[in-house]
Parts: sequence; structure tokens; C-alpha cells
Amino acid sequence: MLEIECPWCGACDQSEFSYGGEAHIARPKTPADLSDQEWGDYLFNRENPKGWHREQWCHTAGCRRWFNAVRDTVTCRIKAYYRMGAVPPEEDGR
Amino acid sequence: MKHSALQIFRQAWSSHRKWPRTWSSPEPKPAYDVVIVGGGGHGLATAFYLASEHGIRNVAVLEKGWIGGGNTGRNTTIVRSNYLLDGNEPFYEWSLKLWEGLEQSLNYNVMMSQRGVINLFHSDSQRDGFIRRGNAMLMHGADAKLMDRDELEKVLPYLDFDNARFPVLGGLCQPRGGTARHDAVAWGFARAADQLGVDIIQNCEVTGMRIKDGAIDGLDTTRGFIGAGKVGLAVAGNSSRLASMAGLRLPLESHVLQAFVSESIKPLVDTVVTFGAGHFYVSQSDKGGLVFGGDLDGYNSYAQRGNLPTAEHIMESGMAMMPCLGRVRVVRHWGGVMDMTMDGSPIIGLTPVTGLYLNGGWCYGGFKATPGSGWVFAYTLARGEPHRLNAAYRLDRFSAGRIIDEKGVGPQPNLH
Repeated sequence: MLEIECPWCGACDQSEFSYGGEAHIARPKTPADLSDQEWGDYLFNRENPKGWHREQWCHTAGCRRWFNAVRDTVTCRIKAYYRMGAVPPEEDGR
Repeated sequence: MKHSALQIFRQAWSSHRKWPRTWSSPEPKPAYDVVIVGGGGHGLATAFYLASEHGIRNVAVLEKGWIGGGNTGRNTTIVRSNYLLDGNEPFYEWSLKLWEGLEQSLNYNVMMSQRGVINLFHSDSQRDGFIRRGNAMLMHGADAKLMDRDELEKVLPYLDFDNARFPVLGGLCQPRGGTARHDAVAWGFARAADQLGVDIIQNCEVTGMRIKDGAIDGLDTTRGFIGAGKVGLAVAGNSSRLASMAGLRLPLESHVLQAFVSESIKPLVDTVVTFGAGHFYVSQSDKGGLVFGGDLDGYNSYAQRGNLPTAEHIMESGMAMMPCLGRVRVVRHWGGVMDMTMDGSPIIGLTPVTGLYLNGGWCYGGFKATPGSGWVFAYTLARGEPHRLNAAYRLDRFSAGRIIDEKGVGPQPNLH
């Protein structure tokens, strides 16, 4: 069982959370201008890294709010949590 | 050396100490016509069919670990072709036909056992959906049989038929489905490919790809540079990682799927049964252990081990279907890394890089496809274009809007 720290509720069991996949995939502002390749890339393609992964979680059985986490996809260790809309920790120099 | 009853008799004279190695382990040559990355069932089958069907024998299979140490040795060994959609069913049915003659074509006992696969249904609407799928299978030349509760009670008397929430109303059976010994499949393909001149190179990890003018030139590996006319990737959970070496992004997420084996018990389950109200499937191995599994853990993972909430969930599903399971002890469980596509169907075909071909995205249905996948991938590599049977599995189907969503759950790889 992973222990996941909700930014609002603190550490809780993994079974209270649902997974939301890769974070920071922004919906294109002008979809009509995109080629099929670009639209397909936005909709389907993923980084899928082996190692640190910035991903979304929702505290479904708790406060029901979404947040981001940076987790290692091999060891499952989570090194950082940050709120939706916040700058990812690696990019703000922390 | 050909395996035969006479050979067993002969080898007995030397107390079975003089059997030759099943495959040789040559040093890599500087270059090959075709290099297959990934020495699992799919990669080895591809090499075998390249040599046997297309006469391309200057082939290497590179494996970072050992043959069959990945998902080929981690699955629940089920073989079937019970699909609904046009893009899927002809391919899986062809694969099942290859399974039926596999032991003869490989001269190797893969312990193929056509014991039947039964999908249980628990509501009227689910029954209607299964009848539709059964009809689709029949129309594609596969076999399917609807079983009502009375018939099921004779075959599987221990099911919880009167479960208050999920009563068992019947099942869709594919009698030609069943199980095969998964390690033997890898070993059999490796041996047969080796005998046709394919180099099987273990402990050789690909670390980079050299691309010249948009075409593949060769691979950097832990055992040096290996030149290649064509490269075929069959690396399951590592597909995204390998494709990124060629600058490609794939519609994949890697997830961990767990499997379990119980202690050996007397014959109990002489078929394959799947629960229709949760995700649970079970069969019994020849050693007597119940082999079962269920859902993905649900989050991206390259860890070849699972997590306990999912294990508990799978056991609960099993208990709901078959309460007698509660008396059986689990002795082993493990995980494998699945490359889950966005529509739940595999990708076999060309990539934007000339000479680089992809066979991946098997989600958790790769084992049954092993011979079929190798067969069509060998065709695709040899001819430079997909076969009719894998034409729908092209990589560009995602941007073209031609997805094959067998379950109809949308682009949510952790739900397929």
C-alpha cells in the first residue's frame, strides 16, 4: 500500500485515491488549427518515463480534490507534491 | 537434434546427460539484415517466422536479460480468440490456428491444452453482449458456444450461482481456447529459430539507436554497436523507452499487472473461467496450482511487482465467483510490466523511422497472440508493409481516428 500525502488532508492510504495519469498535458487553445498528427499527439501520446513521473491524483474518498505528485515509476517513491496549476518542483529550482 | 520418442529412448542410455543445448549463445556479428529487440515470445516467434516463412536468416534477437524472463514467463498462460471487433478477431483466430499446430512446427512440446475458456455472465444485458460477441466469433470462423446455468452446474459446480448481487446466469465458452506452458513457448521458438541460423544474444541491452537520414542504421548495445538493415521492437513494457531512443512518442502507458499461484491441489478447475462482474480469471496448471489474476494496479509502473490493495481486490473477486477458493493458500505472486495502449489493442507495423518496426501495446493480452504476432510481424518486416491481419493495428490509427476499442472505455489505458 502506498502512502500518499494529499496537500489538504495529509498522508492517507493509497486506496483513498484515484489515479489521473500524466500531468501538465494542456488542451490546445485552438484545436481547429491542429493537424491530425498534432491532435492525436495531444490526445493519445504520453511520455511514459521509467523513473520520475509527474502525475495527477485525486483524493476520491477524502476531500475529492486533485493534485500533482512526482513519483518514481520503478520504486514508487514520491518525492514531491504540488497543487494543480503550481509550477513543478524541478522547474522552480527547489 | 530432432525431438522424438526414439530420441528420449536413446538419451536414456547416457542417463540424459548428452542432450545438446537448446540454443547456442553466439557472439554478436557486426551487422545483421534484421535485428529483433526483445527475446520474449513475440521477438523469438518473429525471428522464427522470418527464417522459416521468408528465408531471412541473417537475424539476431537481442535480449537484455534472459530468454522468456519478461512477460512470457509472467503471464497466466491463457490462449483464446474470443474477440468482437473486425480488427481483432481474424488476427487472434489466426493466432489460435497457429497454436493448434505449434508443437509440430517447432518440434517442441509447448503443452498446448485446449480445455475451453468460459466467460461467465451475470445479467440479461451482459448475456446479450456475449451472444453478440459469440456470433461475431462464429462469423469469423472461430468457435463459440453459449452455456446456460444447467450446463455450467455440471462443469463448474462450485461457482456461487445464487450470489445475491451477481448470480451466474450462464457463460460464453470457446472450446478451442485453453492454456499452454509459457516458458516452453519461449524455449521452443528459441530452439527452432536457432536451428534455422538465428543468433539469440542474451544479456545484451540496447542503449541507443543510430539513425541516418531518417532510416535506422544500427543499435548501440551493452555489447557494442550492431548494424541493422531493419530493426523490429518487441519489448512490451519498455516500448516507450525504446521508441524514445528514435525520437518517437507512443500512445502507451506502462502498467504493472499481477498474477498469483496457489498451492497444488487435486484437479478442480479443468477449464479457464473468467468472472463477469469483476476482473478475475482462473485456470489450474498441470502441477495443480490455481493460476489466477485480475486488474492492473492502476498507475504507471515499471516495477515488476505489484501492490497489496490490488491483490486484495483480486482475491475478493475470486471469492465472489468461487467461494471454495478461500480455503486455498496463495504461494507466489509477481508482476509484469504491460504496455497499455490508449484503445486496448496492439500496435504492429511501421513507424515514421524507415526500417524501424514496432510490435507492442499488447496490454495484458500478449501471450495468446505470440505465434500470430510473430507471424504477421515477420511478414511486415520482410515485405515492408503490414499483412491483411495486422493492417488495422497500424501506429497511425490514433491520429487517423481509426482506433480499435474492444471494450469501449475510451483513451484510459488503466481501464483496458
